[in-house]
Amino acid sequence: MPRVGPLVGEFFMNGDTACAEGAISAGCRFFAGYPITPATEVAERMSARLPEIDGIFVQMEDELASMNAILGASWAGVKAMTATSGPGFSLMMENLGLGVMLETPCVLANIQRAGPSTGLPTLVGQGDMMQARWGSHGCYSIIALSPSSPQECYQLTIKAFNLSEKYRLPVLIMSDEIVGHMSEKVVIPPPEDIEIFSRRKPTAVPEEYLPFEPDADLVPPMANAGEGYRFHVTGLTHDERGYPVMTAEAQDRLVRRLVQKIEQNKTDIIDIEEDGIDNAEVVVCSYGISARVSQFAVERARDEGIKVGMLRLVTVWPFPEETIRQISQRVKAFVVPEINYGQIALEVERCAGGAADTILVPNMGGSAHRPETIIDAIRGAVR
Amino acid sequence: MNLKGSDEKHYIDKYLREDRMPHIWCPGCGLGSILHCFLSGLIKTGISMDKVVVVSGIGCTGRVAGYLKLDSFHTTHGRAIPFATGLKLANPKLKVVVFSGDGDLIAIGGNHLIHAARRNIDMTVICVNNFNYGMTGGQLGPTTPLTARTTTSPIGNYERPFNVPYLAAASGAVYVARWTSMHVRRLEQTITEGLLKRGFSFIEVISPCPTVYGRMNRQPTGLDQLRYYRENSVIRHGADPKEVDIDLNGKIVVGKFIDIERPTYSDLLDEVVQKAFEPELPKPDTSKKRATVAGSTPK
Ligand code: SF4
Repeated sequence: MPRVGPLVGEFFMNGDTACAEGAISAGCRFFAGYPITPATEVAERMSARLPEIDGIFVQMEDELASMNAILGASWAGVKAMTATSGPGFSLMMENLGLGVMLETPCVLANIQRAGPSTGLPTLVGQGDMMQARWGSHGCYSIIALSPSSPQECYQLTIKAFNLSEKYRLPVLIMSDEIVGHMSEKVVIPPPEDIEIFSRRKPTAVPEEYLPFEPDADLVPPMANAGEGYRFHVTGLTHDERGYPVMTAEAQDRLVRRLVQKIEQNKTDIIDIEEDGIDNAEVVVCSYGISARVSQFAVERARDEGIKVGMLRLVTVWPFPEETIRQISQRVKAFVVPEINYGQIALEVERCAGGAADTILVPNMGGSAHRPETIIDAIRGAVR
Repeated sequence: MNLKGSDEKHYIDKYLREDRMPHIWCPGCGLGSILHCFLSGLIKTGISMDKVVVVSGIGCTGRVAGYLKLDSFHTTHGRAIPFATGLKLANPKLKVVVFSGDGDLIAIGGNHLIHAARRNIDMTVICVNNFNYGMTGGQLGPTTPLTARTTTSPIGNYERPFNVPYLAAASGAVYVARWTSMHVRRLEQTITEGLLKRGFSFIEVISPCPTVYGRMNRQPTGLDQLRYYRENSVIRHGADPKEVDIDLNGKIVVGKFIDIERPTYSDLLDEVVQKAFEPELPKPDTSKKRATVAGSTPK
C-alpha cells in the first residue's frame, strides 16, 4: 500500500473523519481511544491514517486508560488526542482533571449523543455542555469548541490543538452525532497554509528549570520527558518546582493561575460568529447542529419581517460573557435552542442579567429541532 | 544526606530530591529499602538517567515518583500504567518504570495491568505489596490474605486475594519475579534484570506496613515483619506462579518465576506497518487540487 501522507484538496467526508484529518494536519501523531458510537469513526480513521505517517494508534481497554495514554504521550512530546461520547466522556472526567492539573496539552473530542446513561447511542444530544465545563472535580477553567459542519470539524480540531499547546491544557471539541455523521465538502489546505502552534520550550538550563513557573501569559514553558530536565509533576497541589505543597496558600496560588490563564486570555481564545445582531430585536444564540437549524429559522423569521440576529458560539467555553452582556443591553430577548433541557441557556441568562429575557428552546435529544419550533420561539419573543 | 562524619555523599543521593526529605513514610516501612534497591539496581543497568521515566499512582508507594530526581509522574489512582503506556509508545527511547502499590495496581488499576501485560508493552512494573491500603489507614485490599484483619475487615478478611505473580504471568508478562523488602541484594539484581528485559516485566515486592497492617496482624514493628519474611520465605526460581499464593503468616515463595521471550507491542506494530505500507512517505503534492484517499470520495 502506498503511504498517503497529509491530505490536500477537496473531499466529501463526514464530521468524524474530518476531525481525524484536522488532527493529522495539526501534527497529532498519537491517538488512544475506546470504541463508542457515534465517535468510533474518528478512531477508525486514525487507525488507518496514523500508522502510515509514523504515528501511533492504540485502542485502550477503556476511556480511563485512553485519557491517561494521551496525557503520557503528550509528556513524551507528541501531540495526542482521543475521541468519545457521553458514557466515555464521563469516564474521562477523572483524568481530564489530571490533564488540567499537570497542564498537559491534548485534545478530547466528544461526539455527543443523548443521555443520561446509555441513552440514545446512535442519536444526537447536546447534554454534555455543562459536564464539559464542570465535569471533573475541583475548580478549573476549560476550553471547548463546538463545530457545526464537517469543514468546521476539520478546522476546529486544528484550532483545538493550537489552543491546547498554547495554554497547556486539554481542549474539548464538543461535536454531536449529526455533525459527526453528516458528510459534506471538506477543503484541506496545503500544510504551508495551516497555522500551527507548538508548546513553548523552556529556556532555562535543566538545573534551573521550574516546571510550573509561568510566563507573563500565566502559561509555564514545557519540557518533555527524556530531554534531561529531570522534572517531577504531580496531581497533588504543587508549587513552581512541581513539588506537592499541602497548604491553602499553595492551593490558592495554583488554582487561581489555572483559572486565570484562560480567563485572562479570553479575547485570544473566544471565537463567535454574529449575523445581523446590530439592529436585532431578538437574538438566537446556539452552537453545533442546533446553530445550523437556528440559522435556517432566523432566515425564515426575517422573511416575516422580524428583526432577528444570530449568534453562533464556536467557542462555548470560556463563555463569551462580555458579548452576551453587551447584546443584552440592546435586545428584548435571547432565544437559545439546544438539545438538552437548558444548559448554555443558563449561561446566557446569567450574562444577560435580567437586561433581556432568555427563552430556552429545549429538546431532549434523538433529533435536531424542527425549524418551526425555533421560529415559533422567535415570534413569541418579539410579541 | 551526608554520610556520618564526612562530606561524602551516598552514591544514590544524586538521584534523590534531597530538598524533599524527610519523606512521609513511617518508621519501619519497607518503601525506603525498596527505593534504595531500585536506584542501585537502576544504576547497574547503565541506562542513561535522562531517559528513565518513573510513573506512580496513588498511595504510600505512589509517593516514590516524587522523591526521585528523574523525570517522574505522580498520576491518578490506578492509572500509572496507561499513562506510562502513552509515554512509551510515543517515545520508544524512554525507559519507562511504573512504581506503585498493590491497591493501586491490582484493584483500581487491575484492568490496566492485565491489558498492558497482554500487549507486552516494554516497561517495568514494580508492585509493592503490603497487603492493605496504608495511606488511607489500613483497609482491606485485593491482596489481603484470608482472615487477616484490616480496618474494613475488623473481624477477619473473607475475600479471596489475588495471587499477584500468577495474575501478571497469566496476562502475558514476559518476566515475573517476587522478593520481599528484606531480600535487598536479590531484589536489586532482579530490578537490574527486569529493567534490561525487553517487554512487560513485573516485580512484586512484599513489604512491611507496620503502622497499620502489621499492627492489626500481630507484627507491630517493621522488624517483626522482616523476621516473618526471613523465617518464611522460600526461594524457588522457576516456581509455577499458580502455586505462589500467600496465606496469613504462611510461607512466601520468592524468586524469578517467569523469564520468556515474546514480541512486544512495538515489534508487532512495526512488522504490520512494514508489511502494509511502502517505505517512503510521499511529500504532500500541493499542486494537486484533488486527492483521493480510502474512505472518502473525491468531488
Ligand atoms: S502506612 Fe504503611 S505503607 Fe504507608 S508509609 Fe506507613 S508503614 Fe509504609
